[in-house]
Amino acid sequence: MPDVLEVRWHGRGGQGAKTAAVLFADIAISTGRFVQAFPQYGPERMGAPVVAYNRVSSTPIRLHTPIERPDYVLILDPKFIGKRNLTAGLSPRGTVMVNTPRRPAEMRQALNLPGATTVCCLDASRIAEDTIGRNIPNVPMVAALVKILQLVTLEDLKDFVREQLEKKFRGQPDLVKGNLEAVDRAYREVERG
Amino acid sequence: MGSEVLAQKETRYRALSGNEAAAQAMRQIEPVVVAAYPITPQTEIVQLFSNFVSDGLVRTEFVPVESEHSALSAVVGAASSGVRAMTATSSNGLALMFEILNIASGLRLPIVMTVVNRALSAPINIHCDHGDTMGVRDAGWIQLYAENAQETYDNLIQAVRIAEHPAVRLPVMVAVDGFIVSHGIENVEMLDDQTVKTFIGTFQPDFSLLDPDHIVTIGPLVLQDSYFEIKRLQVEAVEAAYQVITEVGLDFEKVSGRCYQLVEEYRMEEAETAVVALGSTAGNFKEVVDQFQARGVPVGLLKLRVFRPFPAEQVRRALARCRAVAVMDRAHSLSGQGGPLFTEVKAALQGTGFPAGSMVNYVYGLGGREITLEMAQRVVEDLQKLAKGSEGDQVLPVNYLGLRE
Repeated sequence: MPDVLEVRWHGRGGQGAKTAAVLFADIAISTGRFVQAFPQYGPERMGAPVVAYNRVSSTPIRLHTPIERPDYVLILDPKFIGKRNLTAGLSPRGTVMVNTPRRPAEMRQALNLPGATTVCCLDASRIAEDTIGRNIPNVPMVAALVKILQLVTLEDLKDFVREQLEKKFRGQPDLVKGNLEAVDRAYREVERG
Repeated sequence: MGSEVLAQKETRYRALSGNEAAAQAMRQIEPVVVAAYPITPQTEIVQLFSNFVSDGLVRTEFVPVESEHSALSAVVGAASSGVRAMTATSSNGLALMFEILNIASGLRLPIVMTVVNRALSAPINIHCDHGDTMGVRDAGWIQLYAENAQETYDNLIQAVRIAEHPAVRLPVMVAVDGFIVSHGIENVEMLDDQTVKTFIGTFQPDFSLLDPDHIVTIGPLVLQDSYFEIKRLQVEAVEAAYQVITEVGLDFEKVSGRCYQLVEEYRMEEAETAVVALGSTAGNFKEVVDQFQARGVPVGLLKLRVFRPFPAEQVRRALARCRAVAVMDRAHSLSGQGGPLFTEVKAALQGTGFPAGSMVNYVYGLGGREITLEMAQRVVEDLQKLAKGSEGDQVLPVNYLGLRE
């Protein structure tokens, strides 16, 4: 995990890109780091493209500028590939993580990424369907990012997510259980290429 | 930090948006009355606060009203009865309050209000600029500007003490950059509830509309005989505010460890050129100042925390050694002389011998137009040219940063 990390999330309204950035910030802050989470605001509609950002740093963050050269790009909806410039500004040794059942080598080709970049794949939509019964891939994607960064251990991550979700989904223990299972699977299944 | 798996450690920070930080401060202040207009251009501050009311976390009377004009009117009524009363607003909502803003200050009511800075219509825009609060800069309110969510929280708590100080008794608005700070999530260190309650103390009103043993008339007709004198007294209150804001800042440092003054001088000790800014952009310039100082360029930042009253003495002192100054305005003025911060800084330096041609204005970020590090770097580069005063390196007095031309 570098001293300063900049992340960009690409999703669609309803996929939880903004929530993903907030959850990731919450996890990072729990490790004693400084964080920012902010979406790019536009018309809010189900299905419309959504972009959200994170800054994570070991020292206080003073910048209030847009993130133009992210270290990590997370693609929640692979249908964007080929239609939008998802890797704009990606740092030369950056990482792209895609919600897809395909392999990193295929994704590297599809996104036309040079060898110095890292490509990670996770079938987050499948995990979400299996565990919470809905295609909301944000929680597994956050878990996979935490794993790749080695930000916290799986046990700590599950404890944290449990605590957050028990507050958010009071009286819906199935949803909490499903999301924890999603975290578990994402942590194990994310493939780095 | 390395790549080792780090165990979770205790953090004293919470991840809060500027809106959440403001709502949390309001929860801890626990005003007796909050009145607000809950629809656009309102932000989620009052919605979050109304949740605290519903959850029984505060005993505040929450009054949803039909307009911003009514929101501030209700707050004026509540404050006249001798209790703490607060609200929050933004852009066109603040504009609609204009009449009542002047009534609140003229009646010397210590109301505290968060204003999330957003552009005024037309054209319709919901994003950040300072046109709204700059448009009401002479409505008799003290204005504090926050750089981030932490300062939003800290300024609100201090605002209560400043507003209610017997020598001041003026309303205070805490300005917060729309979206950039209001909707962004950052580290915020909150004080515990009891510390805030002890810090703000109990409000000792001068009068109460609801006290039948001490009947007062509030808001009477005052014509040629006394209006002028009453306005002069307001000026005295504003002048007393310099001292009070400074003292409250020192007291706040004792309980929080965070230092607040009228202005913040960032690496100004050896600076020969300086950038003057307020709000979230100040942080961007701290970064750029560090970059240039690392290369041996003596540039500093003067951040204004307080715009009303204008800290002219602190500005003069901080800029005395500078050979060139750039003033950043996130608001436009149609005066033909640059933005409102520029003309104020210029007026403050009048008579000090500071050459007028060594001061430049950058209007930026209107309607939420982004300011990037490259733009901030360009401002500092321009400043170096200006300081050298070399031929052919002219910098215009008023510049538009990030504008498509």
